[in-house]
Amino acid sequence: MASSITTLPNTQRLALQVDQQLGDFHLAAELDLPAAGVSGLFGPSGSGKTSLLRLIAGLEKPKQGVMTLGGQTLLDTQKGIFVPPHRRRIGVVFQEARLFPHYRVRGNLTYGIRSLAPQRFDEIVELLGIEALLERMPGMLSGGEARRVAIGRALLSEPQLLLMDEPLTGLDGARKDELLRYITRLTQQVDIPVIYVSHDAKEITDIADHLVVLKAGQVRASDKLGALLQRFDLTHELGGFDAASLLEGIVVAHDEAYGLTHLALDNEHQLVLPGTSAPMGSRIRVRILARDIALALTPPANTSYRNQLNATISDFAILPEAPYTVELHLRIGTFVLRARLTRKSWDEMGLKQGMQVTALIRSVSFNAL
Amino acid sequence: MTLSPAEWEAIRLSLLIGLAAVAWILPLGIGVAWLLARYEFRGKALLDGLIHLPLVLPPVVVGYLLLVALGRQGIIGQWLYSTVGVSLPFTWQGAAVASGVMAFPLLVRALRLSLEAVDPKLEAAASTLGANRWRVFTTITLPLAIPGLLTGTVLAFARALSEFGATITFASNIPGETRNLPLALYTLIQSPDQEAAAARLCIIAILIALTSLVISEWLARRTRQRLQERDG
Repeated sequence: MASSITTLPNTQRLALQVDQQLGDFHLAAELDLPAAGVSGLFGPSGSGKTSLLRLIAGLEKPKQGVMTLGGQTLLDTQKGIFVPPHRRRIGVVFQEARLFPHYRVRGNLTYGIRSLAPQRFDEIVELLGIEALLERMPGMLSGGEARRVAIGRALLSEPQLLLMDEPLTGLDGARKDELLRYITRLTQQVDIPVIYVSHDAKEITDIADHLVVLKAGQVRASDKLGALLQRFDLTHELGGFDAASLLEGIVVAHDEAYGLTHLALDNEHQLVLPGTSAPMGSRIRVRILARDIALALTPPANTSYRNQLNATISDFAILPEAPYTVELHLRIGTFVLRARLTRKSWDEMGLKQGMQVTALIRSVSFNAL
Repeated sequence: MTLSPAEWEAIRLSLLIGLAAVAWILPLGIGVAWLLARYEFRGKALLDGLIHLPLVLPPVVVGYLLLVALGRQGIIGQWLYSTVGVSLPFTWQGAAVASGVMAFPLLVRALRLSLEAVDPKLEAAASTLGANRWRVFTTITLPLAIPGLLTGTVLAFARALSEFGATITFASNIPGETRNLPLALYTLIQSPDQEAAAARLCIIAILIALTSLVISEWLARRTRQRLQERDG
């Protein structure tokens, strides 16, 4: 394990192996998480997400385990090493915000500041849009505002790793989207690896780069989000009906008259999506549901499908839990898309692995992140 | 109504002994209340019982036990006298010890309830922000327990102010040294033809008690208001 850490350029990589018995629940996890970006910790309630988070933060001590963050050993039960939470430099955003009720917002934000950096304070306050709240007491904040303050407070303690435990819980739809936008912006602008816990497949595919799927206290899968979304065997865990693919591309044109954005996936393949505010040349991520892709054997004429891409069926599966649909992988240049057809279409079109088809995607079905 | 020198003396000693008693039991009480509120350990029930003993024992018994422990010939008293030359019985400091012991359970009870009401999740949050245990306690736990701290302190002070049984047993009834208000009143009642003087002291005692009640009520209301402000 030590060698895999030293070969990595960024030192904030988290590696852990823990074993913990909590009543009837047994957590036995082994993980190696990237040093940058957002790692989603995903699983149904009771799968051990929060327990794992508490172990990482040092709020719980496992019976047996080893954990390193960068070069530093935070835990080694055999050698008797246990670094307490206040010396770990791991920031935590808890589900319930946990603001200190007797301090103003400003006092909450500055509680964990290690060195005076007024500029950084202003930057983070602006990034989270909480300038107007500084002199308020936490009791006077709305749910979304309190979460934003909690995020700011954790960031200002200059953590080497930021943990977020279902920070959107209990917020209504609009507040949820708003806070998710703040968090996304923040993870792009602040160069700290984030571990983001959620049981919501949509939320986690919106934000994560790397994904860990937990099930009954064990790591079911851990890989790049895009790769896991392609896996047929994880269909049920990762959204089932809403199974989706992620594509990344560069904004190459805006069609102002029709409100459309052109996205280049590579030199040969472009997508047309609903207009976004992303600037030209910027890299954005789009999500496309497997059930929103249609197939044709030849490129159709006179159709409303704005996206027609030449694709090869690279793989397919019929899942035991859904015997009348076919899950397939479509290779488009260097990309792979997931699609889902009825068994009847599959049979009537005579589709097979390796066949050339045209993938049809309506522009309006794209979800730009 | 002007007060006689003897009356002033009794009031002064009551206040002095009361303040000194609160001063020594406050840090100890905070520590013990925190221990009882936040930790599970062997002998916790025993410690809890010991602390509450003065509430249920006759005060004379407490005074007698103090004599056994802290008297010149006592187990701890002997050592105190031989090493630092301090002898507690028959001194106002001794009276402060006796009334402090009697007031201790009242302080610990109020403080413990209040500390238990502080959400440990806030303490955990503070620790992830880099605060060590001491900082968590002084910046989160204790400030949030201030209502209980105030109540406990006022109760303990009132108890120490008017302590009688343990004080007379351990520190005796020495004018100008240990004769506080209740002891002075008791002395007057024992003497013939002192009914008027006794009545005066009685009124003074009532006034002092009322004043401390009013102050405590005012403090409690102020704290409540401040907390409500916080909750919006």
